[in-house]
Amino acid sequence: MALDRWIALIILGIALAYGYGAFFTMDQLLPPFMQRNPIWPSTFPKVLAVLAIVTSLVIVLGLEKSDGEAKTPDIDYRRLGDYHIGKALSLLGLMALYAVMLRPAGFLLSTIGFLSIGAIILGERKLWILLPVAAVATGIVWYLVEGVLGIFLRPLPFFMG
Amino acid sequence: MLEGLLIGLSTAFSVTNLAMVIGGCLIGTFIGMLPGLGPMSIIAIMIPVAITLGDPSAALILLAGVYYGAIFGGSTSSILLNAPGVAGTVASSFDGYPMARAGMAGKALTIAAISSFLGGTIGALLLMVFAPMLSTVALLFHSAEYFALMVVGLSAIAAFAGTGNVAKAVLMTLLGLIMATVGEGALFNMPRFTMGLMDLQSGFSFITLAMAMFALPEALFLVLNPARVTQGGEGGGKITGLRISRDEARKIAPVIGRQSVQGFFIGVLPGAGATIASFLGYAVERNIATEAEQKEFGKGSIKGLAAPETANNAACTGSFVPLLTLGIPGSGTTAILLGALIALNVTPGPRLMLDSPEIFWAVIASMFIGNLVLLILNLPLIPYIAKVLSIPRNYLIPFILFFTLMGSYIGQNNATELLILVGFGICATILRFADYPLAPLLIGFILGRMLEDNFSRSMQLYDGAGFILERPMTLGLLVIAALLVVIPSYRARRARARKTGVADGD
Repeated sequence: MALDRWIALIILGIALAYGYGAFFTMDQLLPPFMQRNPIWPSTFPKVLAVLAIVTSLVIVLGLEKSDGEAKTPDIDYRRLGDYHIGKALSLLGLMALYAVMLRPAGFLLSTIGFLSIGAIILGERKLWILLPVAAVATGIVWYLVEGVLGIFLRPLPFFMG
Repeated sequence: MLEGLLIGLSTAFSVTNLAMVIGGCLIGTFIGMLPGLGPMSIIAIMIPVAITLGDPSAALILLAGVYYGAIFGGSTSSILLNAPGVAGTVASSFDGYPMARAGMAGKALTIAAISSFLGGTIGALLLMVFAPMLSTVALLFHSAEYFALMVVGLSAIAAFAGTGNVAKAVLMTLLGLIMATVGEGALFNMPRFTMGLMDLQSGFSFITLAMAMFALPEALFLVLNPARVTQGGEGGGKITGLRISRDEARKIAPVIGRQSVQGFFIGVLPGAGATIASFLGYAVERNIATEAEQKEFGKGSIKGLAAPETANNAACTGSFVPLLTLGIPGSGTTAILLGALIALNVTPGPRLMLDSPEIFWAVIASMFIGNLVLLILNLPLIPYIAKVLSIPRNYLIPFILFFTLMGSYIGQNNATELLILVGFGICATILRFADYPLAPLLIGFILGRMLEDNFSRSMQLYDGAGFILERPMTLGLLVIAALLVVIPSYRARRARARKTGVADGD
């Protein structure tokens, strides 16, 4: 089974769970006066759930065939190993790490770290250029966000204020 | 109308707003030039900035400036490198790049700039005429018709986005609508589908979703396959000979005239937008050109460059018509603009022109100014701006990723949001692997609340779903919506049946 049908199957699962929520769990919480309303909070989700289940079934069962013109996709997922998948995954990991570190380590440190480690993952080796560039860019962004936009970002690690 | 334009001009000519137009155009040009970053990603990245401005006119002016700038920047990289940064400028590379190869890069850029300028300006004039007319009509609509119109818009977008694969596009739209029901809506005062999580109480953040759907997958694709977009060194070189001759001007004038009108109306249609307008413009001009000129197309014809450039800019302007008059976005980009407006407490729609005319007219005035800025400011600066093309990718990609992170952090001030961003980004990338279009998802998400509001209101007014049958216009629109989804797959099926029939005959 091709990837797009697997995805449709997953979405079918989501739609079923969503539909279960809409049809069987939501209405019990409804106060009696609202039950006289022609529209309930669950009405629209019920419609959506049915439509989504039908559409995902169309894809899973392959009822709608594409018109046969083989498009060359940007990335052929069947040859994922040929691409720089490691780099992409490391960058995603780095982003998650940044999310976790932003508060405790402070904006300046985590951002300089993110920018330079990101570039190193991509193959940059000239640290004497990279680190100053990352530091200056971080400083500018911090100034813009904090000074111009007025949004608080803790600049330093938690133990330094 | 003249009165309105004066209000608009006085708003747009304030120092801040002028700075917004100029800044927006410059930023848009800069980033739009980078291969792989389309206007949607750029606008998504700029939204937190626009929202913190607090003034809806200024925000919309800034974002609109970024939008034109991005399209212009995309043409520049199409012409210089054959690496379109934006889908709407792919057609510009057909003739623009051969011209640049032949040493006429300067001339090609001038033609692109002039065509863009005229396409955008004529488009803005048409917008000025048609938007007020359409909004007078739209004021007669009830919530039932609004509901039906939104359904038509969504199915048109799905039908266009998923050529040959309408089911996928419809499924993405539905997923977007489903995601929009998560959280506490204004209508029922109860949280829905939050699974008890506090973080989902206010629903998913639209900025995070926009970043995750567009900017993040683009950046990841650049990492995965660096060869996807050729990055040449010739962009930073010499660009000379910006002038065009009177003869050439005479040749492209009719092309610009036709394409700005055609492009505008294609842009008005939901789901069509700049990409289709530019390809169609190119095709039409090639077909009606004389035989000698037809041979030049694809080898550096100035007509072949002027046509898509005019059409895509006119279409960008045209796509503002449904946004400003009906509050229904026809494309991913205008959907993002709509999201930004809602975040600023402005509801676009027919009332916009009555309740806050200064916003409406300021946007139109800013279109004129923005186009002028692109022509006067950007054109001479292009040789310098083109240097951005030589920024090493190793630096570029971490910065793009960092800006997506910052964007969703600024919007929510919440580090969990960043993890949601990464999660959605991974999902979006996988969806792109399987050729699922992502724009319908975001548009569905943004329209979801409004769609449900209008649906519920009409259900309440008519005490049930009777409004569908009782209001002929609603019924008609819903039938159109159904046809839009069904016909493409029916035609594909028939075409395939015919094809197999032929194969049998062999």
